[in-house]
Amino acid sequence: MSAVAVDGVWKYYGDYPALRDIRLEAEPGACLALIGRNGAGKTTLLRILAGFSRPGRGEVRIFGKSPREGEARRRIGFIGHGIAVYDELSAVENLTLFARLYGLPDPRRAALEWLERTGLARVATGLVREFSRGMRQRLAVARAFLHGPSVLFLDEPFTALDDRAIAVLQGLLREALAEGKTIVMSTHQLREALELASHVALLNRGKVAFDGPRTPEMVADPGYVYERYGEN
Amino acid sequence: MGFFRQVFVIMAKDLRAEIRTKEAINASLAFALVILLLFSFAFENSDESMKDNLGGLLWIVFAFAGTLVLNRSFARELPNDCLDALIAAPISGAALFLGKALANYVLVLGVELVSLPVFGIFYDVRWARQFPELLLVLLLGTWGLTVIGTMSSALTVNIRLREVMLPMLTYPILVPALLGAMQLTSPLVAGTPIGPETVTWLKMLIGFDAIYTAVSLFLVETVLVS
Repeated sequence: MSAVAVDGVWKYYGDYPALRDIRLEAEPGACLALIGRNGAGKTTLLRILAGFSRPGRGEVRIFGKSPREGEARRRIGFIGHGIAVYDELSAVENLTLFARLYGLPDPRRAALEWLERTGLARVATGLVREFSRGMRQRLAVARAFLHGPSVLFLDEPFTALDDRAIAVLQGLLREALAEGKTIVMSTHQLREALELASHVALLNRGKVAFDGPRTPEMVADPGYVYERYGEN
Repeated sequence: MGFFRQVFVIMAKDLRAEIRTKEAINASLAFALVILLLFSFAFENSDESMKDNLGGLLWIVFAFAGTLVLNRSFARELPNDCLDALIAAPISGAALFLGKALANYVLVLGVELVSLPVFGIFYDVRWARQFPELLLVLLLGTWGLTVIGTMSSALTVNIRLREVMLPMLTYPILVPALLGAMQLTSPLVAGTPIGPETVTWLKMLIGFDAIYTAVSLFLVETVLVS
């Protein structure tokens, strides 16, 4: 069974089709890099995959389930453009909140463990609004990985991260792939993404222009996919 | 995690955030007290017809002050895209809605309970003579206000003009509940208990709350995931 299956997905904003007949699959353990210019539909597709938005037509399955089903949601981790943690709560309160919502057996322990892993244990009781940008980003990473998701949807995960947060995230993503987890990430940072990716999909104006395994040419020249299959 | 535990977690999170920031409760309380003060100067307290309208005045204050709390309900989730994280979590939209509605209910009731003694002083009313029945009306009327306001907050969360849209959506739907609450409150603050002529309003208020709670719980998932 595919970890992620996208079958004929369309999404309209008014009359404008932001996604047009998207068909993609990612097997367990695969890392799919979703690339494309701004406005190509990457974020829209990721939001549909994560269950934040419904497709106009077509179907998305996460291990055979709709992304809105509780079982699928327990398996999904998401990092979007925002850090998705509360400024007015402390780091440990934020992670404990999400650990409770995901039904983890010992929420506070899980929260403290992830604060330790992301280098935030020292500021566990500090309010997020007092954190530096890099600390907030690491907390967002901890929030996404906290419940041990088997599918990770990452929307521009390396954008605006500081060096330490990039190192933390890359380490966690490599670990996740080694454990057979599935990653779908949209990115403009092709070099970082292609180092991790096993597959690449190029979106062009809401359509899949290329979908296939990552090749050595792509790693050698990150612009290769755009040049070969890119926009006309 | 069970449904009611999820509701409690969301409610506790919202209350904790509000207690830390006090952004909604301070504005709402200040608004309620200022309006009560201004109206007490605008109207003649010795006028008997004014005494008959005190329930209406009180609920107008509660409805407008309550909106300031309700406006923040889902808007609180917008900074940092926190709403995405809640929608992604394996909890039902109904649990999310009910948790938020209960947090709003506690806050709006708090504003009302602080406003009542002030109302009594400014308008020279011994409002507590029928307190248990008045409390029942407050609980029912405030739940109606909270359910409609929380649902409107969810509907308008992604709209740029949500502060304008929320009252436009909330008040027209709320008219029957406000009418019932006003009709019940005026005699109660004057010391007259609920009788055969007013009990119909009480039944209507209960019906309003039940229907709109059920409709909101049923629709909220569709509203949140577009």
